[in-house]
Amino acid sequence: MAILVDHGTKVIVQGITGTQGSYHTKAMLDFGTRVVGGTSPGKAGQEVHGVPVFNDAKAAVAATGADASIVLVPRQFAPGAVNDALDAGVRLIVVITEHIPVHDVIRFVHRAKRQGTVVIGPNCPGVATPGRSKVGILPDTIFRPGDVGVVSRSGTLTYEIVNSISEYGLGQSTCVGIGGDPVIGTNFIEAVEMFERDAETKHIVLVGEIGGAAEEEAAAYIKEHVSKPVYAYIAGRAAPPGKTMGHAGAIISGSKGDARSKVAALESAGIKVTTWPADIPKLILGEM
Amino acid sequence: MNLMEYRAKALFRESGIPTPEGVVVAAPEEITTVDGPVVIKAQVLTGGRGKAGGIQFAATTDEARAKARQVLGMSIKGHPVRRVLVEPRLDIASELYVGFVIDRSVRAVRLLASSRGGMDIEAVPKGELFSEPVDVERGLTEEQLGRMVAMMGLGAKIAPQVRDVTERLWGLFKSKDATMVEINPLAVTRDGKVLAADAKLTVDDDALFRHPEMGKPEGELTALEAKAKEKGIAFVQLDGNISVIANGAGLTMATLDAITAEGGRGSVFLDLGGGDDLERMKAALRLSKETQPKVVLLNIFGGITKCDTVAMAVRDVFVGEGIDVPVVARIRGRNEELARTILKDAGLIPAKSLQEAARLTVELSKGGA
Repeated sequence: MAILVDHGTKVIVQGITGTQGSYHTKAMLDFGTRVVGGTSPGKAGQEVHGVPVFNDAKAAVAATGADASIVLVPRQFAPGAVNDALDAGVRLIVVITEHIPVHDVIRFVHRAKRQGTVVIGPNCPGVATPGRSKVGILPDTIFRPGDVGVVSRSGTLTYEIVNSISEYGLGQSTCVGIGGDPVIGTNFIEAVEMFERDAETKHIVLVGEIGGAAEEEAAAYIKEHVSKPVYAYIAGRAAPPGKTMGHAGAIISGSKGDARSKVAALESAGIKVTTWPADIPKLILGEM
Repeated sequence: MNLMEYRAKALFRESGIPTPEGVVVAAPEEITTVDGPVVIKAQVLTGGRGKAGGIQFAATTDEARAKARQVLGMSIKGHPVRRVLVEPRLDIASELYVGFVIDRSVRAVRLLASSRGGMDIEAVPKGELFSEPVDVERGLTEEQLGRMVAMMGLGAKIAPQVRDVTERLWGLFKSKDATMVEINPLAVTRDGKVLAADAKLTVDDDALFRHPEMGKPEGELTALEAKAKEKGIAFVQLDGNISVIANGAGLTMATLDAITAEGGRGSVFLDLGGGDDLERMKAALRLSKETQPKVVLLNIFGGITKCDTVAMAVRDVFVGEGIDVPVVARIRGRNEELARTILKDAGLIPAKSLQEAARLTVELSKGGA
């Protein structure tokens, strides 16, 4: 069934009456996502693109039976929105919002883990299963159904790579943008584990970047537990140390988190790493 | 945001963590009477101050002023020394380490401590490092502190002081939305006192909105970077001659990597971000011009961002407001055709693949004068 989202996924949009919320509600509906409700405090009873609005996630889930939510609210309201979704008991929460304080993220990620709720993000583009469902802000035009699972810390770079996979005649099972923050709800290991179990995924593409040790940890995990072929690209080889490169999590601290260490760890786990993003489909097809 | 030692120590004092009674000065004349041996410490956001001569000792007022003058004229790893901290020299018996850091892997805060302070904590042997995540719900516990001081092998007089400092440091870490706080060394003096001889503190940039008391960053950003930060633009100044502009952090990094792989060097890393705001983009592009690049490489993948909005911003800023450097543009996605027409009419150089764009850009950066 691909991973995380499929035909059956029923989604509520938190912050549906905002500019972003409204725009992406339409885009998700066009993609084929079952957007069944939205939230906006004090706006219950309204509709956005034909989708009913509720005051909070609890009311929205009670009325619609939604099992997933997407958070598209400004950062000062984001932790509250996530907690609202956790109270409502959805299975999956995709947090698009950027610049949420990391102490707040630690708290809601911890609560979600304890509850068994999957959080994707924050600061991420979300999840898309081509031809079926999208809970995110990824552009519709880049996808093609197929058997390549893509997991990435980035947004537009992911689109670039997904697009090159599609243009080469291949397609994606599911694409997951896990987010560019230091602390995230779902990491590489957890996403790769889902792809390994998924019958529709035959290849796994990992798009990493400088900062932290998630790629090194994923490499060790893949070596031990993953039978499917994994291909990787790491951004930030030319990044200077000590500078935050756009994403809060993309920073080389002292000698830690540089691209060289990540590439070396992935390669020593038998994973092919490419210098050029557009070469990913060629690697998958064994053309290089 | 990284705080300089003197600012971190001021926060320590507010939290009740003992530090030496120091004064921070920007000129040698500001040093008044020196009464006994002092240490003069360069205030810069980089390690290796001692090795670079940025830490000096003195015994008299004249000597202190002379040493301060010397340190204030220095630049340590490219960081000019604008202030020195003058503190009484401690009579140190031993050096410890205590710190808290956000641990991405366990998605929690980690407490680190060691009886081997005064050295890089990453170099401390595993067996001599106390390292435990702090429980998200319960916070730092008495049991945890007990395990910490036991492992550090501290005596009955020192252990309670180290516990107290660690508890206060945890309180500070939480209340200031810190991502890293470190006391290295935590000094134990010969008369049995425990004091923070050094202080490092990093505050989460994304939480600064609720910490107006933190003020502005100091000593870590260039003037242009500071300007960009105020506008919320991701901008890193580099020392090359190619202005690298893309949308999205990953794509911008990949673009910088591409020109570097082809032998070029970036003058700026500029992430236009994911929005579709023409004025914000223009502001960002104007900042990139101030790095005086020899060539500009624009790499856009339009998803939410409309390619034609970017194209208009580039045309207006690089052509409309005067430009004498070539702009190589690779642009795909939403409204790509419209964007191509705008850029072509404006005389920009189109490129198809990232590799082609990078090659062309690097060639142009090396040609001519």
